[in-house]
Amino acid sequence: MASPERFSVLVEVHLRQGIADPQGATIERALPALGLGGVTGVRSGKAFRFDIAADDEASALALATVVADRLLANPVIEESAVTVAPAAVTGPTA
Amino acid sequence: MATRVGVVMFPGTNCEHDAVLAVQRLGASADIVWHGDTSVAGYDALVLPGGFAHGDYLRPGAIARFSPVMEAVGRFAAEGGPVVGICNGFQVLTEAGLLPGALQKNRGLRFLCTTVSVRVESSASVLTAGVPVGTELAIPINHFEGNYTCDRETLAVLRDEDRVVLRYVDNPNGSVDDIAGVCNGARNVVGLMPHPERASDPLLGSVDGAVLLGALLASAEPAAQATVA
Repeated sequence: MASPERFSVLVEVHLRQGIADPQGATIERALPALGLGGVTGVRSGKAFRFDIAADDEASALALATVVADRLLANPVIEESAVTVAPAAVTGPTA
Repeated sequence: MATRVGVVMFPGTNCEHDAVLAVQRLGASADIVWHGDTSVAGYDALVLPGGFAHGDYLRPGAIARFSPVMEAVGRFAAEGGPVVGICNGFQVLTEAGLLPGALQKNRGLRFLCTTVSVRVESSASVLTAGVPVGTELAIPINHFEGNYTCDRETLAVLRDEDRVVLRYVDNPNGSVDDIAGVCNGARNVVGLMPHPERASDPLLGSVDGAVLLGALLASAEPAAQATVA
C-alpha cells in the first residue's frame, strides 16, 4: 500500500468585496507620503501555509478547503483561496 | 432563590469579575464557568464577557467558538435560555453562529475607549425587556473590532423583525445602521459592544448599564427557565 504523500497548502484570506478594508485603505493613503504614487486598489488579507498528508492532491485540496471554510475565514466578511501543490523535498537527507 | 448567572471565561477573557460583581449587586448569584466545562446546568442566564478570548488569534472569537463550553452554550440558547455576549462575547457569539453578522475593525482603525450614548431600539429581548424604546443610556465601549457588519439581506431581516436592540446615538466605529446590539430570532440571545457591567455603580460614572443587566435578570427568573437543563 502506498504511503500518503505530503502536499503544501497556501490559503489566502481576504475581505469580501464591499466589506470596508480600513487597513488596506490606510496603507494606500500612506504610500504617497513615501513618494510612491500610482498605487491603487490596496486590499489587505492574511496568508496561511501548512502541510497535509493525503493519498492524492484532490483529497488534500478537499481537506484544506474545509480548514479554510471552517476556521481560517469567516464567510460573513471574508473569502478564501486555496492552493495545493506536492511538497518540495527539502532539508538534509537521512 | 436568587437567579443564577454563569459568566463564561475563556483564556484571555478579562471582564469576568466585573460581570460577576455587577449582577451580584443586582441580587443575583454568579459563578465563573471555565471554557473547558461541558455543562452549564443550573444556570438561569449566561454572560459571555469581554476580553481577548484565546488571544483573539486569527479573528476575535474564532478559536473561542470551538471551546468545549460553546456546545453547552448553544444547547442552552436553543432551549430558550438567556445568553448575553458583551464586546468580545458578542464577537464569540457571531463566530459561533448564534448571532448574525460579524464585527470588523473600527472605521478609522483606532482602538476606542470612551463612554457612548446608546438608544434602546427594541424592548423585545432578554436584555431590554421592560426598558422603553428610545431610552438613552451612557455606557462605555472598549474595542478595536466593534464595527458591526452583515450582508444587505441580513440587515433587512434584522430591521423587519425588530432585532436591532441598541443603536449608537453618535456612531463611533462605523457599524452598519449604527448597530450597537442585536438579538437572535428567538430574542433570547443578545450581543452588544458596550459594557453594561462598567456602568453599574455611581463610582464608575454611570449606572445605566444596570438597567440592561436588571432586565436580563428579570428575563432569567428561574420560573421562566424551568425546562433549561
